[in-house]
Amino acid sequence: MKAAVVTFPGSNCDRDMQVALREVSGREPEKVWHGDADLPDGLDFIALPGGFSYGDYLRCGSMAANSPIMRSVIAAANRGVPVLGVCNGFQVLAEARLLPGALMRNSQLTFICRDVGLRVENNRSLFTAAYAAGEEITLPVAHHDGNYFADEDTLDRLEGEGRVAFRYLDDVNGSQRRIAGVLNAAGNVLGMMPHPERAIEDAHSGSDGRRLFESVLGMLV
Amino acid sequence: MKIRIHISLRPGVLDPQGGAVHHALEGLGFSGVKDVRIGRLIELEMADDTSDTVLNEMCEKLLANTVIENYRIEKVTA
Repeated sequence: MKAAVVTFPGSNCDRDMQVALREVSGREPEKVWHGDADLPDGLDFIALPGGFSYGDYLRCGSMAANSPIMRSVIAAANRGVPVLGVCNGFQVLAEARLLPGALMRNSQLTFICRDVGLRVENNRSLFTAAYAAGEEITLPVAHHDGNYFADEDTLDRLEGEGRVAFRYLDDVNGSQRRIAGVLNAAGNVLGMMPHPERAIEDAHSGSDGRRLFESVLGMLV
Repeated sequence: MKIRIHISLRPGVLDPQGGAVHHALEGLGFSGVKDVRIGRLIELEMADDTSDTVLNEMCEKLLANTVIENYRIEKVTA
């Protein structure tokens, strides 16, 4: 299992992501810089971490989505390599059009930093297989722009195809249909606003995020 | 040549910032405000021979997110 964590200027959850991957897989992930042209060879998993890449200039994730390394990430995703984007990583994946929709300013206009309840809507994905269907879990969120928007047709398609991976139990940020995480059509790309990497051991506020990494890394062993 | 790119939220996309500004205007006593939508204006200084195709491509690839935004290209004549 060979994983990589991409760091953009302004990423701030890259180390948490590296620790989570190391804790769960027992192997140190590769560290990749946004300006690198190529990913390391033979990657089994790519994580885009949270943060404020490029200072959120223009739109959250828009500059990072066009950075040199993303051409390689997009190519890898299209080859079927599992890609996880958390928080800013989700915004980057949406801006790169690897995932449908967009993340807008939270409906209450405030930065939200707290634990939230989520329902695992689809436990048959690469990333959620270790959860029970409909299981309710708790993960932290920390974002200003997590308000998921897509048009009604897209939302219906996502629901119909089981591509809503996680849903907030309550309205957290104004997201359409309380969507917290979505999968691409092939199921190998997941974007989510809550932070699984910040909940992998009891020393954190919870460990409900650990099984996400066990799901995806376990399947890749 | 000077180019202005006017970026606005697509109809149907909720604008919480516009809503807050609307509320603030009413709080200041301005009546008759029916709706507020907040967009973005980008000014570019471009080579005179830049084609419309290139300008559109710049908007589609980076300057606007067409999932939620519309854009209008204005060529400013001096």
